[in-house]
Amino acid sequence: MMGFLASVGALALTFLAGTGRLALFAARALAAGLAPPYYPRLIVRQFVYMGYYSLPVVGMTALFTGMVLALQSYTASSRFNAESTVATIVVLSITRELGPVIAGLMVAGRVGAAMAAEIGTMRVTEQIDALTTLSTDPLRYLVLPRLVAGLLTLPLLVIIADIIGVFGGYLVAIYKLDFNAVSYLTQTQQYLKTNDVVSGLVKAAVFGFIVALMGCYQGYHSRGGAEGVGQATTYAVVSASILILISDYFLTQAFFT
Amino acid sequence: MTSSGPQIPKIAVRGLQKSFGTNLVLAGVDVSVATGESLVIIGGSGTGKSVLIKCILGLLVPDGGSIRIDGAETVGLAGRAREQLTHKFGMLFQGSALFDSLPVWENVAFGLIQGRGMPRRQARDIALQKLAAVGLGAEVAALRPAELSGGMQKRVALARAIAAEPEILFFDEPTTGLDPIMADVINRLIVQCVRGLGATAVSITHDMVSTRKIADRVAMLHRGRIVWHGPAADIDRSGNPFVDQFVNGREEGPIHMQVRAA
Ligand SMILES: Nc1ncnc2c1ncn2[C@@H]1O[C@H](COP(=O)(O)OP(=O)(O)OP(=O)(O)O)[C@@H](O)[C@H]1O
Ligand SMILES: [Mg+2]
Repeated sequence: MMGFLASVGALALTFLAGTGRLALFAARALAAGLAPPYYPRLIVRQFVYMGYYSLPVVGMTALFTGMVLALQSYTASSRFNAESTVATIVVLSITRELGPVIAGLMVAGRVGAAMAAEIGTMRVTEQIDALTTLSTDPLRYLVLPRLVAGLLTLPLLVIIADIIGVFGGYLVAIYKLDFNAVSYLTQTQQYLKTNDVVSGLVKAAVFGFIVALMGCYQGYHSRGGAEGVGQATTYAVVSASILILISDYFLTQAFFT
Repeated sequence: MTSSGPQIPKIAVRGLQKSFGTNLVLAGVDVSVATGESLVIIGGSGTGKSVLIKCILGLLVPDGGSIRIDGAETVGLAGRAREQLTHKFGMLFQGSALFDSLPVWENVAFGLIQGRGMPRRQARDIALQKLAAVGLGAEVAALRPAELSGGMQKRVALARAIAAEPEILFFDEPTTGLDPIMADVINRLIVQCVRGLGATAVSITHDMVSTRKIADRVAMLHRGRIVWHGPAADIDRSGNPFVDQFVNGREEGPIHMQVRAA
């Protein structure tokens, strides 16, 4: 019994220490941005890399999510003759919830992993040490641009994902479920509030930050050659995904009205 | 410059200690380097030579001891003060540590552009000059480091270390992996940096030919301590069994390599 309690306690301490280190890392990287030099070119490069190249994956998943949503909500609503709610369910689910979460998870797998691998390789091949000896702060040069890009890119991706997702729902509703196009579109807009979209975009910004932070943090602290980098990549994706889902709950609760 | 004078060493290391877990690597290292002097550190593989210069550079935090640069304590420096200090340093890493996302010339120019804010065009010209000095033509300037041979990478790393003409140069095995002729070119370049530009140099090498060419003084690291140091001319008559064994490359002697017969 004592052994069990001790190991639970140890786990909790490890967790708290880890959270503390992560917060400190983020704070140090952000604080580095308070004074020049700034690296706008690097931010733009990360921005393009994160945003533009993630478009196909995010667009594809958003499309099918919207399509599935239309089918499922039709099944559910037809059981109590409420088929007219399909449009509303699709647009609210996409903008408030599934757009940001799906885009966040996709970007975690695609970009978070790549960041961890790149920075991790730089760590184990001493490139990060080399940056320091060339009077360049690695947190400012490597980490900060990625955090900023993460924060800005994901909301833009989610706007596009929202549009594509709603469009996917529309396609299924019109061509498969024989809805009237005009009334479907009217219903889509009717109950949508600004707050639905805005809350989704705030979530997206938080998720983008989480993905970049976990990618950078795990990469930055990786050690021990190729194996260590591989491990950092896995941790980056897993921890970012878990943090996205946990923070999603708390953000939803905060926006809940 | 703080308080410089002929009597204050450029680098003064006192009682430096560093361990990794239970592995005690540096057990109280004392070594100093005068301004404009070239010190070569020799010692068996894994004795902590790289760890020693990484501590001086501030890349590793020592567990104890003092490191003074130009008379000022540097252990525990952080932030702006640390950044200011690194302007004095140039470092050639044992594994080259080139930035593989940047072309060769930008690697060499990196410290000038990012570290010192020099315009790219001007920095590029300097980079091309430095590449020429290590025997690399303009045609490699646009290549990526991954497209170069190991020896070429080492030379690019050397060009990067000296590009900003820092006051103190660290070379971790500058001639390893080079052919004897190119090694001689590099040795001469190091001598030129020290004699010509007045830099202070700390080099690590296993190459005794190179040691004789570039060293003013030699220090031998063994089991976490400096077991001998003296003028380079004395390495053949040091009277120290460790140095004798190392310089002559004999298996028998006081240094025991951890090997077992198969
Ligand atoms: N980052 C690190 N983490 C843990 N141990 C380390 C680390 N860096 C070095 N060591 C250990 O410190 C010891 C000295 O390593 P170091 O790289 O300084 O050797 P060296 O004298 O440069 O050897 P070589 O001539 O082979 O380059 C080794 O036992 C090594 O295992
Ligand atoms: Mg070494």
